[in-house]
Amino acid sequence: MIELSNVHKSFGSKQILRGVDLNIPRGESLVIIGGSGTGKSVMLKCVLGLIQPDLGTIKVDGEDVTKTKDRDAFLARFGMLFQGGALFDSIPVWQNVAFRLLRGALKRPRAEAREIAIEKLRRVGLSPDVADQFPAELSGGMQKRVGLARAIAADPEIIFFDEPTTGLDPIMAGVINDLIREIVVEMGATAMTITHDMTSVRAISDTVAMLHGGKIRWTGPVAQMDSGDDPYLQQFITGSSIGPIETLR
Amino acid sequence: MNTSLITRPLAALGATVLGALAGMGRLTLFALSTLRHMVTPPFYTREFMQALLHIGYLSLPVVGLTAFFTGGALALQIYSGGSRFSAEAVVPQIVAIGMVRELGPVLVGLMIAARVTASVAAEIATMKVTEQIDALVTLSTHPMKYLTVPRVLAGLLTVPLLVGIGDIIGIYGGWLVSTQSLGFNAATYLQNTVNFLEPIDVISSLAKGAVFGFIATVMGCYYGMQSERGAQGVGSATKSSVVAAAVLILAANFLLTQAFFAI
Repeated sequence: MIELSNVHKSFGSKQILRGVDLNIPRGESLVIIGGSGTGKSVMLKCVLGLIQPDLGTIKVDGEDVTKTKDRDAFLARFGMLFQGGALFDSIPVWQNVAFRLLRGALKRPRAEAREIAIEKLRRVGLSPDVADQFPAELSGGMQKRVGLARAIAADPEIIFFDEPTTGLDPIMAGVINDLIREIVVEMGATAMTITHDMTSVRAISDTVAMLHGGKIRWTGPVAQMDSGDDPYLQQFITGSSIGPIETLR
Repeated sequence: MNTSLITRPLAALGATVLGALAGMGRLTLFALSTLRHMVTPPFYTREFMQALLHIGYLSLPVVGLTAFFTGGALALQIYSGGSRFSAEAVVPQIVAIGMVRELGPVLVGLMIAARVTASVAAEIATMKVTEQIDALVTLSTHPMKYLTVPRVLAGLLTVPLLVGIGDIIGIYGGWLVSTQSLGFNAATYLQNTVNFLEPIDVISSLAKGAVFGFIATVMGCYYGMQSERGAQGVGSATKSSVVAAAVLILAANFLLTQAFFAI
């Protein structure tokens, strides 16, 4: 469903992606792991068209994302949970969740959009009284859940999760992991998650890909991750300071 | 002689000039793109109404106070200066022409630059560093249409009104000071003011307001969108937007004054 082929991206003289090749079949949950600053978020933003790759192709269902004619229709297929939530702090929670349903091609009557927002909030374990609060009034965990509700509000085919558990306590991280897994299975969506959190990797993924040095270093089913013989992968999943990955970056 | 001693400063100068030209080019393209998006759907009415409230209505107190005190001070200065050659009687005319042609639009423009440009730049820059702009794009919403167009359109429409109100309050400030402490007759003062002003004075004032409103809001949006990461990036974007807006407003004021009144 999503195919990245020889994707390169540099910022000035700094080369971030040096030829990424990756395939994500429909309905699969892929987790991308890798050290900080290895270009995981850049890769995700390239797929969404937020960043243009310098070289290579990215296709979704065979369509080149850089040449798509109807960008709104293309983006309507995606939902994204941002690392910091990226909630719009000038509007209440329910309008954040129903943002796509209040404008554009998917526009619904206001009352209906609010109803859907409250239903999605309930789906992520938030009570309806949160709907009229502003994002700044919520805790970090609640903001993540609102972000998750916004990502799934329009029932997207593809969902991206950027560091979904960063900054959360272990229990809340577990709640978010379970929610992501449930939602992906329930909706049959294709999911791409970026994380450093190995508990998340085991809870969310069908397949794991490790990005290192601007390329996919290892990819395989999550069940084979622990027995993988790649020293970079082993150092990363064990969190060891000794190994081929430089600790001074 | 070491040639690098000559080439290095030249290279630095060249890089600065090229950088400034590239910045001007980017700003021009941004302003043109804003104008293009203004006339193509979708239009975000709710965001536009909010911008009208924040940029127009909520600027009224600062604009009113600035104009009132400036009008009063202007009356005192003209009376004092005029008395040196027995021309105290020209206070109503000079206050009127000074407020309507110059001080009203310029002071309102600068107040809008301080209040609106700074807040727009800080808000959009914060949205950028917290990935809210990226989130807008993923939600199929063009940031230019959703954030820039409503604010610039509101600036274009409300700042001329604010200038008109500022002109009236400034003249009122001059009238109050002149009638209460300088011994002018209230009705004669107003009569002189109305008789002296010409339509072109008012038209130039409102036209300046529209241009200054456009400059103030475009600069806020542009620097907000260009912001670098982090708190320093937001601070820098805010500072640069206000400085650039103020300088451009004063430069545009000179050009507009020349266009309207140069003989």
